[in-house]
Amino acid sequence: MGRNAIEVEHLSKRYVLGQHHGGGSLREAAGNAAARLTRRRPTGGPEEVWSLKDVSLQVPEGGALGVIGRNGAGKSTLLKILTRITEPTSGVTRTRGRVGALLEVGTGFHPELTGSENVYLNGAVLGMSRQETARRFDEIVDFSGVERFMDTPVKRYSSGMYLRLAFAVAAHLEADVMLVDEVLAVGDAEFQRKCLGKMADVERSGRTVLFVSHNLDAIARLCPTTLWLDQGRVQALGDTKEVLDAYITAGLLPDSRRTFADRPGETVALSSVALLDARGQPSGLLRRDEPFTIEVRFVVREHVPGLDLSVVVQTLPGLRVLDEAWSDSAPPHRGEPGEYVATLRVPPVLAVGEYTLGLWIGSAYETLVWEADAGFFRLDGSTMERPDRLVHLSLSWAVQAC
Amino acid sequence: MSVGGRPRGTATGVQVSQQSSVEWTENRATAGRRALDLAELWAYRELVLFLALRDLKVRYRQAVFGVAWAIFQPLAGLAVAIVVFHNLADIPSDRLPYPVFAFLGFTVWSYFSSSLDGATASLVGNASLVTKIYFPRMVAPIAAVLPRLVDTAIAFLLLGGLMAWYGVTPGPALLLLPVWFAALVLLAFGAGLVLATLNVTYRDVANAIGLLTQLWLFASPVVYPSSLVPGRWRLLYAVNPMVGILDGFRWSVLGAPRPPAVDAVSALTLLVLLIGGVRYFQRCERRFADVI
Repeated sequence: MGRNAIEVEHLSKRYVLGQHHGGGSLREAAGNAAARLTRRRPTGGPEEVWSLKDVSLQVPEGGALGVIGRNGAGKSTLLKILTRITEPTSGVTRTRGRVGALLEVGTGFHPELTGSENVYLNGAVLGMSRQETARRFDEIVDFSGVERFMDTPVKRYSSGMYLRLAFAVAAHLEADVMLVDEVLAVGDAEFQRKCLGKMADVERSGRTVLFVSHNLDAIARLCPTTLWLDQGRVQALGDTKEVLDAYITAGLLPDSRRTFADRPGETVALSSVALLDARGQPSGLLRRDEPFTIEVRFVVREHVPGLDLSVVVQTLPGLRVLDEAWSDSAPPHRGEPGEYVATLRVPPVLAVGEYTLGLWIGSAYETLVWEADAGFFRLDGSTMERPDRLVHLSLSWAVQAC
Repeated sequence: MSVGGRPRGTATGVQVSQQSSVEWTENRATAGRRALDLAELWAYRELVLFLALRDLKVRYRQAVFGVAWAIFQPLAGLAVAIVVFHNLADIPSDRLPYPVFAFLGFTVWSYFSSSLDGATASLVGNASLVTKIYFPRMVAPIAAVLPRLVDTAIAFLLLGGLMAWYGVTPGPALLLLPVWFAALVLLAFGAGLVLATLNVTYRDVANAIGLLTQLWLFASPVVYPSSLVPGRWRLLYAVNPMVGILDGFRWSVLGAPRPPAVDAVSALTLLVLLIGGVRYFQRCERRFADVI
């Protein structure tokens, strides 16, 4: 102990929006050049966004740092710079030894190759030799639980199998520093437990872990120290319990409606998520004893057979209270292109407290939209109510003297 | 469970790295020109091999004719050339049997054009790797120019058969064959670096490349000998590196006349293209993940 495995000094990253984002064309470039010649600015002008601003931190060898923050707070950018996928605008990061990353489910997997070929590909990407990967191979297969499909191209895998193998590979390859981004958001409960256990093992074995998650409960269990990022800046950094308490109480104002930027080229685009009270008024502050409605607007651009939608309600420590899928109550939808409004009426069953709203859109085969932080609301009741429970059904007692 | 460190400590990176056995890896904004990190590329040689093998596997896995495709392309080119250029236009072939002459040309050319295609698409085609994983970006174009060597080797076996049939024998210049192969691979790599970098920002490149290779084909001595080009144009003609490379291949393999001194210009262009390609690629590579 004593020496650091990760050091970040005054790290900043600027993105220029609308400039060659997602592939520009020569015509645009020629147009910009022409505009420059005629001393006119190109229409609109580039918009700058500081994804990270002056972030400094250190993680000692064998330590575990949790990273929390809302969407767009700069968590993923931090990971991308630590892994050297992209370079910072200013500042510096240092990492000691091999850096392994699990940034998204199945990244680095090639759909045409089999499961075992992909394991070796991932090893090679991490800079491991064939022998090193071979030594770990059985463990990986064992952990993933997909041994029957190791010779099947991963394009035929279900998303669950994909996730299992991806996590197994990332957890078993011999990285000195492990960066994990929100992998526990998907997958069934049993696998989530297995992943958390494995990450604790990884940490105990002296490797350094940086863990990004919306699941505050998991952060509290795995990481003694936590970083809270807000709009690219360090909001708090220190003892996990203190940071989480501050995160939960501060800054989180309930939203009645959250709109999402249009990302062209996506099969399904989420437009907005709104919370409506019993009278149909948008509000993030709802009464506990009345039903409320979650309204989701989205656009389907390409035909999605078996279109499905699910709303996930979690308590702030990350306990999942509701996971209501459309397919639970309706036959598979044909998913023709068009604009959709979906509403879900939630009866008054939840106890008073604060909740986050996650939103998933996809089909039986793929995830098209996953917004872990699609909304935030507070259920208020009378001050007499006891808050330390999950459901409040107001069941009626039958009591009589006998 | 290990203890989390106090953040915002005072230890500096310099102090820490002095007592370390494992090296720090740094990531900071690049200022100015960076040296080519050959040691790092070497460390990632398994990835190069893997990507190259992946390319081969994916290409042949669901193809009924499999490896036979390796020779279809030059054979089809040869058939057209025999009918159009040999029978109709009566193009000379340096006193060599035309089928042997043109088949070598097409074999070399198919390697070049398909490797250039592959290298150009190597970054965009691996976008999921580029945006999600760190590896030296040059690994992708390097891996892209290797798999077609397998096809070329197969086509050369067929060429040997053709030569035996027509009684064409190579001379001592055959010893120089590795030189021409090296030049060919480096040309595809150098040009591929430039086009791959452009392709990251401008997807027009993917469309333009078909046109480019088509024009380049006729500017190279594939279906006709370079001796057909009039003397006063010959210097300009040799600026195309393919001229020197194809002349060299025919000299080594078919015993054609030795390439003229003017072909040294081809070597010069190749060198300029290679160095320029590497520089340009390095200047842009750190932005790939943001732009792709």
